Amino acid sequence: MSRHGPAVLDAGQRHPVRFTLNGRTVSGEAEPRMLLHDFLRHVLGATGTHVGCEHGICGACTVQIDGAPARACLTLAVQADGAEIRTVEGLAPAADRLSVLQEAFRTHHGLQCGFCTPGILMTLDALLRERPDCGEAEVREALSGHLCRCTGYAPIVKAALAAAEALRETDHA
Amino acid sequence: MAPDVHARNGDEAGWVGKSVPRVEDAALLAGRGRFIDDLGTPPGTLHAAILRSPHAHATIERIATEAARAMPGVAAVLTGAELRDLASSLVVGVKAPVECWPMAIDRVRYVGEPVAVAVAADRYLAEDALDAIEVRYAPLPAVVAPRDALGDGAPLLHEGFPGNLASDRSFSYGDPDGAFASAPHRIGVAVEYPRSACTPIETYGVVAEYDPALDAYDVLANFQGPFSIHAVIARALRVPGNRLRLRTPPESGGSFGVKQGVFPYIVVIAVAARLAGRPVKWIEDRMEHLAGAVSATNRSTRLQAAVAEDGRILALDWDQIEDCGAHLRAPEPATLYRMHGNMTGAYAIRNVRIRNRVVVTNKLPTGLNRGFGGPQVYFPLERLISRIAATLGLDPLEVVRRNLVPADAFPYRTATGALLDSGDYAAALEAALRDGAHASLLARRAQARAEGRLYGIGYAAVVEPSVSNMGYITTVLTAAERRRAGPKNGAQATATITLDPGGAVSVHVASVPQGQGHRTVLAQVVADVFGLRPAEIRVITEMDTAKDAWSIASGNYSSRFAPAVAGAAQIAATRLRERLARIAAVQLNARPDELVFAAGKVFSPGNPGNAVAFSRLAATGHWAPATLPEDVEQPLRETAFWTPPQLGAPNDADEVNSSLCHGFIFDFCGVEVDRDTGAVRLDRYVTMHDCGRILHPGMVAGQVTGGFAHALGAALLEEQSYAPDGSLLTGTLADYLIPTAMEVPELVILHYETPSPFTPLGAKGVGEGNTMSTPVCIANAVADALGVAEIQLPLLPSRLSEALHGAESSPPRREARPPQAAPGERALFGSGRAEVDAAPEQLWAMLLDPDLLARVVPGAHNVQRMGETRFQAEVTLGIGPVRGRYRAEIALSDLDAPRSVTLSGSVDGALGFGRGRGRLRLEPVGPTRTVLTYDYEAAVGGKVASIGGRLLDGAARVIIGQFFASLAAQASGRRPSLWRRLLRLLRGRA
Amino acid sequence: MKPARFAYLRAATTEHALEALHQGGGEARVIAGGQSLVPMLTMRLARPALLVDIMHVAALSRTDDDGARITIGAAVRQRALETRDGLAQRQPLLAMALPWVGHMQTRSRGTVCGSIAHADPSAELPLVLVALGGQVHLLSRRRARRLAAEEFLTGMMVTARAEDELIEAVSVPAIRPGTGYAFREISRRHGDFAIAAFAAVADERGVRLAVGGVAAIPMARVLPTDQALGDALDAFAWDLDARDDLHASARYRRELVRRIGGDVALEALRDQQARAVKEAV
Repeated sequence: MSRHGPAVLDAGQRHPVRFTLNGRTVSGEAEPRMLLHDFLRHVLGATGTHVGCEHGICGACTVQIDGAPARACLTLAVQADGAEIRTVEGLAPAADRLSVLQEAFRTHHGLQCGFCTPGILMTLDALLRERPDCGEAEVREALSGHLCRCTGYAPIVKAALAAAEALRETDHA
Repeated sequence: MAPDVHARNGDEAGWVGKSVPRVEDAALLAGRGRFIDDLGTPPGTLHAAILRSPHAHATIERIATEAARAMPGVAAVLTGAELRDLASSLVVGVKAPVECWPMAIDRVRYVGEPVAVAVAADRYLAEDALDAIEVRYAPLPAVVAPRDALGDGAPLLHEGFPGNLASDRSFSYGDPDGAFASAPHRIGVAVEYPRSACTPIETYGVVAEYDPALDAYDVLANFQGPFSIHAVIARALRVPGNRLRLRTPPESGGSFGVKQGVFPYIVVIAVAARLAGRPVKWIEDRMEHLAGAVSATNRSTRLQAAVAEDGRILALDWDQIEDCGAHLRAPEPATLYRMHGNMTGAYAIRNVRIRNRVVVTNKLPTGLNRGFGGPQVYFPLERLISRIAATLGLDPLEVVRRNLVPADAFPYRTATGALLDSGDYAAALEAALRDGAHASLLARRAQARAEGRLYGIGYAAVVEPSVSNMGYITTVLTAAERRRAGPKNGAQATATITLDPGGAVSVHVASVPQGQGHRTVLAQVVADVFGLRPAEIRVITEMDTAKDAWSIASGNYSSRFAPAVAGAAQIAATRLRERLARIAAVQLNARPDELVFAAGKVFSPGNPGNAVAFSRLAATGHWAPATLPEDVEQPLRETAFWTPPQLGAPNDADEVNSSLCHGFIFDFCGVEVDRDTGAVRLDRYVTMHDCGRILHPGMVAGQVTGGFAHALGAALLEEQSYAPDGSLLTGTLADYLIPTAMEVPELVILHYETPSPFTPLGAKGVGEGNTMSTPVCIANAVADALGVAEIQLPLLPSRLSEALHGAESSPPRREARPPQAAPGERALFGSGRAEVDAAPEQLWAMLLDPDLLARVVPGAHNVQRMGETRFQAEVTLGIGPVRGRYRAEIALSDLDAPRSVTLSGSVDGALGFGRGRGRLRLEPVGPTRTVLTYDYEAAVGGKVASIGGRLLDGAARVIIGQFFASLAAQASGRRPSLWRRLLRLLRGRA
Repeated sequence: MKPARFAYLRAATTEHALEALHQGGGEARVIAGGQSLVPMLTMRLARPALLVDIMHVAALSRTDDDGARITIGAAVRQRALETRDGLAQRQPLLAMALPWVGHMQTRSRGTVCGSIAHADPSAELPLVLVALGGQVHLLSRRRARRLAAEEFLTGMMVTARAEDELIEAVSVPAIRPGTGYAFREISRRHGDFAIAAFAAVADERGVRLAVGGVAAIPMARVLPTDQALGDALDAFAWDLDARDDLHASARYRRELVRRIGGDVALEALRDQQARAVKEAV
């Protein structure tokens, strides 16, 4: 089939996968069947992205692929080749500083066990960027792609709205 | 500058009671959490995958593992046979000759029960190996409902539990007979409380290693306690406790009780590591979790009350049948006995009769889940209050008020033995009504009803127990059995404070948090004792049974952290402070008891300028032990053990103080039910808590909202469903429905504080209460909205629709409909008809010819004749992208050549199994033309049932239809050209 | 939950993909957004030998609007269509239904054609395709053909697509003057598969109501708008041959068809009137 384009990546063999992770080019090897979250966590060692259901419901593994929040568990590593990926490790502006959104989560007790939090942050980060004026209804709808068993969501909604407001103020200032 | 002598000195002005930012958060928010799957493993660590039973009940006839063992990368395969050689059964909490293995041995008893473990170089390869393991099951009849399990002729799960009854105890307190005989009213409720599970977002994880030289196991697991289970695991692994080192990772992604249930897997993975001779890691996946982790119990309850004219309850008569699933796993039947002291709830009821039966059924074994026994008790009790009000024509609030334990009665000993520590229930209730704007809610209901909308108000008053008595579970034994076994009681909490050579303070506890912020609260508590800032205190909560101070009561359960563990830390810190004060007193020439610890300094309030730095003082034990006053013990490290004296063993009258603390909750809510869809909308929810002293308001609010969300799920969405044949119907998160941010509204949280006199800090537990109060509060409101007496959780719109929409019109005139299975039942019925260009004889011959059959059976290859009318085949079946290989058996019976025949078939494969039976009739309508009619019943189960139950029936119909269509096509000498043709054949008929 | 082994091909052109499907026989499957396929791989329900990734084929990534029809290429993600400028003006029903498809985190990857190819009886996009009388454009090395939605969707997760065929695109009529639309979905939670979903189109021929989640495929019927509506809905409800499942009884589904189906039909008529007023202005 190679006469029309790239070659088939054989099953059972590892193939190079390369993409941008939080602004840096990274690479590793993966079988075609390897899921993106396994590649991030166990090949690249980026364990901030968590795995909760591996069938696309819980949202714990949400990362940003080419700017949009997406489930790492519904993506093959080979599909991500050449993409731009952002994970929770890329949110903080510095190792000792949290982003506005992260800080709002801390202030408003938007997390307890913190396991679902990285995925939620990736969704909200994208939402606040795209819809700076978003209100509670939009926040809740975006959050409905995530399951949290600890918080009952109210503190997460508060944190998101507080972060949105803080970001708007920063923009005005 | 002189420090502020009054601030931060362990009194009200200190850190405790403030919502300080959590020390846990920065790492968790930046993706630097250290959960079990984030930690490195020893080089050479292998990965396990678990093969699980697709059957609810079956004998294992054969497990063939050779092919799996021979696969590249596969190191070992563990089955029940090896497990039996290397381990022992888990101990069972009742006296009965039964075994409880963490993996099936010879027989499976629930869908999801582990059958084999493959250990390979990575998880992908381990799952490949599972595909190569062949298991032959001989299915047995299954029993699912607890009352059915007790029925005559019910399938028996364990020989040692005759009639599936694991325990049957009756209790009587006061004079229930007299009360019932003389009471003017007898009012009762019947409740089937469903199963749900708290499903933390992080699943189970275990990394185990075995050292043959020491005959010792080293296990890292996200276990949550109670550490009484450590003894159970060690015993199962046949090692003394000191040869089972059990460690927990620094972070755990939620538990809500559930991670107690990892312990059978600790045994399995430890044995797998021993077998493989290498460390083995296993991270449970979500489908494993939903099928095989742990569930709360479902319970069938009949509750009767003897009631006076004014609504006062004179006696209760409880008849509870607890369903613990397929095995009675430690600490069950604790769910049933956790509430034993509190069976009268928030009410002063002196006469109580209880019958408690524990049954086993072909479902997932049960264990700890948030609320543990509370929801199952309060649902009937608070529904009863509502029924009493409806029956006697009283306001439900009046019935509550007339029965509450009076404020002057505390500490109040309940009829069944609990000692309610503190409270003013009536005052808390009135405060809730006032501050929660109850009057406006009544107005809202009146308004809604005037507009023709369905609006209801519900109430619930509950007592929330916390800090379990380690002896309550022995109430399941008779007094004589307890005497033989020796007394069990108390609730040892531990905490260790360490001072390092620079005077820095560390705290070690065995509290094993899963997100509850223990590190923050302990830093607050200890900072207050030493006059430091919380940021100066380092708190270590990962646990290591080989090095830490712990007891069987250690762990994170029964909401024991704030009342017990935080208190133990305060005691340990206070002891060290007393020593430091005596050392400082010499240096400062002051009395030890007048010294103040504040702002990092120690000084006498009269002379604050003459101070010693805390860090310098705290380092004394390291650098200058010889300078310590003679009778002062070393000030390096202090471990406090604290157990409350109020937690005694059950007495001979079976009275038991099952928990140390008893918070009070009063909830009320307003709901609206959509007339068209039956959807329940929570309009307003108010929850009033008396959880004693509040150590961290933000975290208390977090516990309440989190518990509320769990409860809302249990009320509206969540049920771990099993079909009558034991098939699991909620095998994915697309069917086990957890509330999202769209379903959980904000709630109003109120507090009424009466500190517990029994705990060091005055705190009580708070995390579980709403799982007890909220489901029934919502149910009471929905019952009020619909005006119905019977209400069943979860409140499915589909179910409410029946009450709402009355009898359905009959279908318009149309062809007779085939029988339909009852809701939830897996059986399918169908029928069809086709005209074929062939004589009946031709068709008949085909049915008996393996070669032709191979062409007719969808996806069949390698059809073999096993007897005159029996065939075996390999088949590949698929619908859309779903495709799997199965072993098929087909038999013909009741042959009436060439007119009719019964076809029975079964298929079995990795994706599931199916069995069906159909009667096929051939009727000539011309010399070479036959009308073929058939009707069938079929049942499908296994993996596909638990994943795609929503789609499965349709898929099975397509495949069955495909068979008959193909038969017709073959006979007509044509291949069916298009799916469309097949479906046209079947649609509207099947 | 890890997929069994498969090979992977990132197709560069449509021809490249068709060749792979041709050679792969039934063992090759197209992967587009993967939002339905990957969980089936992970659960080992689907075990193709080869996945043909079409997301890098530029020719398949286009949405064309020629004034009469909107044609959505196989590699167009749901989110791309949802956020397309003017979608609500060009085809309101699509704009109404897209926010109900999964969650924003799956719409960012999932494709419009992929959802239709998957043919889940409860999915929104097949329902909209049926309601609008859309077409599925199939392409293989052998032939190109277009099937009406009802011809394409043959059963629960079963379609008329041959194993070597690629869904090149789907197309729906653009908005026409004098037409009104309505959509509503009843599910247990937001983002869940529909217990019942309704899409209605009101035009000069009457109101056409399509129902998803009840029968094996979405079914549409033109309903009377007078007092005969109730009886017609009742007959439609029974004809859909609803089944019981874990989340809802057959009877409940019929009840929804009668009650909500009627509401949605009337809402489409109101929308038609409102648009007529606007058009007149």
